[in-house]
Amino acid sequence: MCLGIPGEVIEILTDRPDLAKVDVCGVKRNINIGLLEGEELNAGDWVLIHVGFAMSKIDEREAASALEFLEGIGQAYAEELAALADSEAHRG
Amino acid sequence: MRFVDEFRDADKALALSAKISELCEPGRHYKFMEVCGGHTHTIYKHGLEDYLPDSVQLVHGPGCPVCVIPMGRVDDAIAIAEEPDVIMTSFGDMMRVPGGRGSFFDSNAAGADIRMVYSPLDALKIAQANPAKRVVFMAIGFETTAPSTAMTVLRAEAMGLENFSLFCNHVTIIPAIKAILDSPDLRLDGFVGPGHVSTVIGCRPYEFIARDHGKPLVCAGFEPLDILQSVYMLMLQLHEGRSEVENQYSRVVPWDGNPKALEVIARTMQLRPYFEWRGLGFISHSALQMRPEYARFDAERIFDVPGVRVADPKACQCGEVLKGVLKPWECKVFGTACTPETPIGTCMVSSEGACAAYYNFGRFSRERVKSATRTVDIELSPAPS
Repeated sequence: MCLGIPGEVIEILTDRPDLAKVDVCGVKRNINIGLLEGEELNAGDWVLIHVGFAMSKIDEREAASALEFLEGIGQAYAEELAALADSEAHRG
Repeated sequence: MRFVDEFRDADKALALSAKISELCEPGRHYKFMEVCGGHTHTIYKHGLEDYLPDSVQLVHGPGCPVCVIPMGRVDDAIAIAEEPDVIMTSFGDMMRVPGGRGSFFDSNAAGADIRMVYSPLDALKIAQANPAKRVVFMAIGFETTAPSTAMTVLRAEAMGLENFSLFCNHVTIIPAIKAILDSPDLRLDGFVGPGHVSTVIGCRPYEFIARDHGKPLVCAGFEPLDILQSVYMLMLQLHEGRSEVENQYSRVVPWDGNPKALEVIARTMQLRPYFEWRGLGFISHSALQMRPEYARFDAERIFDVPGVRVADPKACQCGEVLKGVLKPWECKVFGTACTPETPIGTCMVSSEGACAAYYNFGRFSRERVKSATRTVDIELSPAPS
């Protein structure tokens, strides 16, 4: 729950500007970007995601390091990713 | 599982370790608290304590939001779940947390409908799909997750949903740090500041710790080197007689936090007069509740919440672990009666809890670090001339 998971923005949804399609470890999900108001967000940018919401914009290096941290955690991360994959609200 | 001997920056870690050792004053002991479950994880996973001189100790604070929820709140949530037509929802971490009358899993087995969700927006989706049901989301977490809850309430309002409410258990980090600073149990020399919480609140709220309590705080990232570097920055401040707030994790944490996140929290939630924390007791203004304007989304106003206080089991020493007074392995039931499979206390339930982190990684890493550091030591030694 407190894990920040990095994801790469694929596209900003034109009909819902508060949502972006984001690739999170190969799983494509709609992520709420309403908390990044005022920050310019484009395809190819990386964000740190908490419980379905992008909380901060990060660079690719930070994304790699966050991912490494998560992979080290193991089971909790696997569970968080599985929960995101199952999440109805974030399905594209 | 990745092992400590694969720790690729072991040489950099040893270099930092040497710099930290140089700053140690003879006869002085240093105790730093980290207040973030993610940091606790990194420390145990990589055996970072073994990279520090014996006189520098890391203690784990109340940084795991599941761990600090008192048993009575779990019972309250179950009482709401048992009301007619209720679907209770919460994060997976909450499902196994024991209350006085069992956990959410036990309650489900007894006929309640308590569902695990990934995000509060999933709970909203369940409410939309089940208009005849009353869907409650048990919100937990520090400032990291509070903005998501706030955004969800605003969304429910915009959608005109009438069967969705929140059982709000969001806690705030600053009053917990204050309570620890005021507690006579611990003499701390400084803090490794939380990473993700600080992306929301920024660094300014910690300034009183440096100014009024004379203790340095360094916001830290989650890599092993981030934590060692933060300890070095704390030691350097003490060595130079400074007490300041510094930001080691500036690549993610903005000094002023996330203004939008703070704005949505303030719009929908307000501070409670007091809230009970497991281990720390009642702390003034340490948690959030829905603002009266959002009363129709507030489960505590919609349902009859018993609000009974339940004492922790006698054997459980989570309170001492959460205050940093005891290390996980010093608890009487650690690893015997209390394991991640059959947890007695919250610190063993959540993967962010100090006990679970130590149980899963710490026990194994200690020995490995010792052998890994020995190997690197040999490699780093200059060849004899």
